[in-house]
Amino acid sequence: MRGFHSHRNEWGLLILALVVLLLGLFEIVQPGGRNVSSLTGNVITFNTLVRIGILTIVVVGLNVLMGYAGQVSLGQAAFYGLGAYISGILTTRAELLGIPGSVESSWWWPWLLMVLGMAFTGLFAFLVGRPILRLKGHYLAMGTLGLGIMIYILFRENLGFRASTINITGGFDGLVDIPRLRIGGFVLWPLSRYYFLVWLMALLSIALALNVVHSRVGRALRAIHGSEVAAEAMAVDTGDFKVRALVFSAVLASLAGSLYAHFQAAVSPGPFSFTGSLELVVMAAVGGLRNVWGAPLGVTVILVIEEFLRARGHRIFAGIGSEAEPVVFGLILILIMIFLPDGLTTSLRRLPRLWQRRPGRLPTTSQEARP
Amino acid sequence: MTTAVRPATASAAATAQATPLLEVQGVSIVFGGLLALNNVHTRVWPGQIKAIIGPNGAGKTTLFNIITGIYSPTQGEVLFKGEPIQGLKPHLIAARGITRTFQTIRLFRGMTVLENVMVGLHHHTRSGFLHAALRLSLARREERWMHAQAMQILERMGLASMADEEAINLPFGLQRILEVARALATQPDLLILDEPASGLNESESRRLMDLLRSIRDEGTTILLVEHDMELVMELAEEILVLVYGTPIAEGPPDEIRSHPEVIAAYLGDEKLSAWSPIGRKM
Amino acid sequence: MSVNAQAKQFLKKSRPTRQARTRQMALVAATVVLLGSIILYLGAQKQFGPLQYAQLILDGLRGGTIYALIALGFVTVFNVTGIINFAQGGFVMLGAMLAVTIHNGLALAGWPAGPRLAVAILAAVAATTLIGVLVERLTIYPARNAEPLTLIIITVGVYIVMQGVALIVWGTDAYSLPAFTTLAMQDKTIRLGTLIVKAQSFWIWGVTGVTMAVLYAFFERTMWGRALRACSVNRTAARLMGIRPDRMSALAFALAAAMGAIGGVVLAPATRPAYDMGLTLGLKGFVAAIMGGLLNPPAAVVGGILLGVIENVGAGVTRAGIKDIFAFIILIWVLLFRPQGLFGRQQTVEKV
Repeated sequence: MRGFHSHRNEWGLLILALVVLLLGLFEIVQPGGRNVSSLTGNVITFNTLVRIGILTIVVVGLNVLMGYAGQVSLGQAAFYGLGAYISGILTTRAELLGIPGSVESSWWWPWLLMVLGMAFTGLFAFLVGRPILRLKGHYLAMGTLGLGIMIYILFRENLGFRASTINITGGFDGLVDIPRLRIGGFVLWPLSRYYFLVWLMALLSIALALNVVHSRVGRALRAIHGSEVAAEAMAVDTGDFKVRALVFSAVLASLAGSLYAHFQAAVSPGPFSFTGSLELVVMAAVGGLRNVWGAPLGVTVILVIEEFLRARGHRIFAGIGSEAEPVVFGLILILIMIFLPDGLTTSLRRLPRLWQRRPGRLPTTSQEARP
Repeated sequence: MTTAVRPATASAAATAQATPLLEVQGVSIVFGGLLALNNVHTRVWPGQIKAIIGPNGAGKTTLFNIITGIYSPTQGEVLFKGEPIQGLKPHLIAARGITRTFQTIRLFRGMTVLENVMVGLHHHTRSGFLHAALRLSLARREERWMHAQAMQILERMGLASMADEEAINLPFGLQRILEVARALATQPDLLILDEPASGLNESESRRLMDLLRSIRDEGTTILLVEHDMELVMELAEEILVLVYGTPIAEGPPDEIRSHPEVIAAYLGDEKLSAWSPIGRKM
Repeated sequence: MSVNAQAKQFLKKSRPTRQARTRQMALVAATVVLLGSIILYLGAQKQFGPLQYAQLILDGLRGGTIYALIALGFVTVFNVTGIINFAQGGFVMLGAMLAVTIHNGLALAGWPAGPRLAVAILAAVAATTLIGVLVERLTIYPARNAEPLTLIIITVGVYIVMQGVALIVWGTDAYSLPAFTTLAMQDKTIRLGTLIVKAQSFWIWGVTGVTMAVLYAFFERTMWGRALRACSVNRTAARLMGIRPDRMSALAFALAAAMGAIGGVVLAPATRPAYDMGLTLGLKGFVAAIMGGLLNPPAAVVGGILLGVIENVGAGVTRAGIKDIFAFIILIWVLLFRPQGLFGRQQTVEKV
């Protein structure tokens, strides 16, 4: 990697942006009555594309945290959920905080909430980050796991309050009737419009992450991952950087959560449980943790598999259909982790190297090393 | 942003400087069952090359870990440039001017040779997440500077041709040199080396010695632990001998060479000199 | 003084400093007092008297014993392989579900109540143990050199597959197994003064106790058990003694699967086993293992029991819905304040 001078990433962004643009236009224009769904035999719908975009944002952050800073997070869905619930609650029940209805229904309010949600979630991550990130390895994984589940339970149990007294999160069923996003009078709906917003954010996230990774900060994170002790010896404040990486990932997750809330127009605790966090980790791991592009790749692969099983599963598995999904999912996960533990991007990158073997390139004694 | 080379200071052994660069005062530490260090006193003067020797398990690395902040002493103080630093977090101590290398090489896996050295420059730059994410000019400027500085250091060490190789792919001897290069990038006042010659062959050790001398001539004080007696005797101006966590002798090489307790500690036999051909490498 | 004499002088018995110990004790005391006051306050709101608390504690002991058993499964695998086996909850579920299916099958075949229950239980445990070995051979062994995170994800994958298969085979329904005492669906209720206990609870305590005793004997007295322990203490040295770590790994998984299945089988009559029962049970068992420091079996048992009691009392004074949260609050507390477990010694500093 050559710092800012690598142009592969810029090309990558450009290509991705073009693909996104084309697909979006295709869906709007629908030449000959065909759209994305019909092209893929109703396996991949436009809906899926939007979901890929939203999850890419979360997983990009998770990728930076796990792949670069080397900190395992089995509770990332909690941050995702925080963003979703903040956007959801304060656009449907803002009176709980004494916010007048006129504000609640204004067009700029949800946007402000998105930003406030990111700030709140980031602050939360900062506060819990310090103590949690002092843990290492298994213990860190379990700590994030526990934290994630605790937050999920709070979502599910209406923060512990009786629903009859004060209904905040909507409990198990969650919130509904979340408004769509608008700019002035222009509504970012139907899906063919919202899609562009989501992917704009997704592309931005990828770009931001790439910038971070190829910088002094990114090197510091990778140094921490490589050898925390040595990093400290090089005056890298490891504790501080780990927390910052967590905050970075939390902020992105919160953004995605808000986008999700306005996408579904409803929020329920389900996606933010332990299984949700696991899915995120799987997406990150399958895509490849040591590469930012692993995030969109991993998300795409996993969602496509899921959709495929949902749509075609019954044909292949004689009547079992969507029930086979977790089994296939789990098996694929196991296989990838055994044979391609570095994920798809790293393994794909290795392919060219296998062809151009360069034997004996490195000098074997220090004499030869002299220029 | 300063350049990598400093003006040479007067290099001298135990000169009559007013304040020692590093002062270890009565440091002791207990580790689950063991008194690993017992009342260690020592001083390192600016511009000195000082060595700590002793049989394995004598607590030398432990002492380094205390100085660099990885451990906190149970008792005693460590003063750097007159200020107490014991118990401070390692990155704060590193920021003050003490850098180290490790007994087992700790290069950053997954990073290239160049990137490893660039991390050494971390402390001299300050662009953060926001600067990086938004590609602000500070981040871009610092990146260019770090790149240039790191290449300069690599060239000096003869590693420039391997700048983009994965650091862990380097042959062992070069990995050791890379670790020194990385440490140098921090522009330390005090460079602590933990067995830098371990695993190096004859010519590599020679080269290391020349390198260390030139580093010292440029103004960096050096404190090292080594088992290669020849190297120690030639390089060090003052030697501290630690046995089972206790200092038993301190002085110039000639004194140590013939010190009865030192000989006894290494060989358990007062008659055999430690520097006979048999006992050269401990 | 000669160097040798100096050396002898320096070897002291390890004791944490007095300062550290008082701090630890103060921390635990503060937590207990705080927790106790909160519980008593909330309980008072519901007019709880000592009887209610006693009942809650008694009920909690039942769940706690199961957690203890599951925790032992975690500890065994972790000790030998260093892996946190996310599939542990899956073994519990499989034990329960297989017992139900075999039992129902035997009932259809006309077997009498007693024998068919006994056979079903034994067969379920045996089958699950076999599955445990299969899991190890097929998924862990091929990846034995991978990073810890990879292995964790693999065991997660295993759990997902287990639960997925369970979903396909058994659907989302909840099933039932006859109580051991009555050999019928309705269990006998036993009164201890004014307190109520179900007979199955005694089975749970009894079976778990016996299992632990057998385990203890196994580890202390048998060749295999000692080999397992050697492996966990020092893998390389064990290898030099002719012990094969991969065999030990399989054995550890077999034991963990057996323990999980036993827990599931003995729990099945008391709850209503379903395809997804393994997740929460596994997580809570894991918390109990952490309370024991992940390395200390008896401490894990104590942890499990403690967890069961605390969460039941906690749910009793608040709401049943948030029962699960207590396990994770405890988890965070332990990780932050006593990562070495409730009874562990302060870890010696990592060698640099």
